[in-house]
Amino acid sequence: MSTLTEQHTVPAGGRSAASIAPARKKKLGPAGIAALVVLIVLAVAWLLPFFWAIVTSLKSETDAASAALWPAQGFTFDAYAKVLAEGNVPIWAWNSLFTAALITLITVLTSALAAYAFSRMRFRGQKWAYIVVIAAIAVPPQVLIVPLFYEMLAMDLVDTYWGLILPQVVQPIIVLILKQFFDQIPIELEDAARVDGASRLRVFTSIVMPLSRPILAAVSIFVFVWAWNNFLWPFIIINDPQLMTLPVGLQTVKSAYGIQYAQNMAMAILAALPLIIVFLFFQRQIIKGISTTGFGGQ
Amino acid sequence: MKALRSNKPRENLTGWAFIAPLGILFILFMLVPILWGIYLSFTNQSLTGAGGDLIGFDNYAEALADPDMWRSMLNTVWFTVLSTIPLVVVALALALLVNTGLPGQWLWRLSFFMPYLLASTVVSLIWVWLYNPQLGLFNAILGWFGIDPVTWLQDPDLAMLSVVVTTVWWTIGFNFLLYLAALQNIPETQYEAASIDGAGRWRTLASITIPQLGPTTIMVVVLQLLASLKVFDQIYQMTGGGPAGTTRSAIQYIFETGFTGFRFGYSSAISYIFFVLIIIVSVIQFRITARRSA
Repeated sequence: MSTLTEQHTVPAGGRSAASIAPARKKKLGPAGIAALVVLIVLAVAWLLPFFWAIVTSLKSETDAASAALWPAQGFTFDAYAKVLAEGNVPIWAWNSLFTAALITLITVLTSALAAYAFSRMRFRGQKWAYIVVIAAIAVPPQVLIVPLFYEMLAMDLVDTYWGLILPQVVQPIIVLILKQFFDQIPIELEDAARVDGASRLRVFTSIVMPLSRPILAAVSIFVFVWAWNNFLWPFIIINDPQLMTLPVGLQTVKSAYGIQYAQNMAMAILAALPLIIVFLFFQRQIIKGISTTGFGGQ
Repeated sequence: MKALRSNKPRENLTGWAFIAPLGILFILFMLVPILWGIYLSFTNQSLTGAGGDLIGFDNYAEALADPDMWRSMLNTVWFTVLSTIPLVVVALALALLVNTGLPGQWLWRLSFFMPYLLASTVVSLIWVWLYNPQLGLFNAILGWFGIDPVTWLQDPDLAMLSVVVTTVWWTIGFNFLLYLAALQNIPETQYEAASIDGAGRWRTLASITIPQLGPTTIMVVVLQLLASLKVFDQIYQMTGGGPAGTTRSAIQYIFETGFTGFRFGYSSAISYIFFVLIIIVSVIQFRITARRSA
């Protein structure tokens, strides 16, 4: 596993990755060609479901409901037009964006503050507080759905944005990752400011946070992707179609649309598009994020 | 550290002030539900508000005698076994192939990682369509070779396997990137030394690359087992747990007893039995990895 200290040396871009790879790559021998062929076959296999979904979404409903690969009536954007005109897809996309952004902001901000206290300060009860937070990493959030829902009922937060957002902002693993990063920052950088009389908060905002920009970016991207794609909790807490996120909305209309395959596929493509665009833009950061922090979730 | 002790009362206050925002959220949305869930598991609380009397260990006794609960646990373990092996082995193979320095790095990474970005709903939409017995791509391909259509998700013997294939496609990108990053961190000097000693491609792989990946493999396996045990989304959306309960996961059973069966108390008890299962797996894993690195 790559550690946080190595994060500046881990190549993220295509060229640097190739340049650090074993030297035997230079000439494409028979083994290299064989590897290339295998890779091409596998990549095609991996991309085939995407290709199939796109093709289906561009068919008319009559063509989509036949097994023929090539549509008799030609390609059309009808399905997209219908989904966007009739459905709640734009509202759901906005809900997903809005809630995922807020979850990311609250999670990263509160986690960074706590991680900084755990990393740099010495105070009564600190050790115990840290142990409790770290122990919570072992608790699968899915196990808490029943008591959490009950709590939301008691707090009158069922079917509200806050009921959707708040239970998703506590992610102990993020605290652990940020604390490990803060531990690596040389303490001398802060000492000078401390001697000059800067408060802890001031040191945190004007020295530590700017230095941590790469890890904050990586962590934010991941929290955002998880929140954007989360299904079970939004599915449980939201019934109002106006408040649904994309994954929940898609699940509810999948049965309503029934056999309208082209529209189903058009919705799938529309829902997938934003994150794929985000990935294309932030490819380096995401890969760096994965390779430096080594955390995951499904 | 001694210098910090001098203004201790103030440091105590600042420390807790920094922790407070997370701490409040943590108590409200982690600690309270954990404790509330334990309490609920000893009651006959229903979703509708009825019940709520303490009934001791009745829920636990009922759950342990409930064949559906055991079935869902076994399904979960079976899914975990079936999915973890390819998600580790194939991910490693893909990373080794990509890391041979072939051209088009970004394209390979994109191909294998992109599915990981999709929501479970999108994944299940696409794959239910691919598996469609009459119109799906897979049966169309089988048809070219004159093979009869297969009912992928409706056949009790095939449904779990089909879901596993989807899961491998969907989530392998993450493990793949972890391996890729680890491969790029292996010092090149080791390969140079091996080639001076006249080691061939396979010998280098067996004596340098694979051993160097040990810590990464342990981490990938740990993360994968925990993730696979928590499976719910894609199965629920693709098969609804069917046919005949053959793919129903533990999380789905917790969800169903609570939110469609309205039995919050009973559902909580199953949650904690499941949690114990996860802890047992974690402890076994910890033992094995500790022994290995010792």
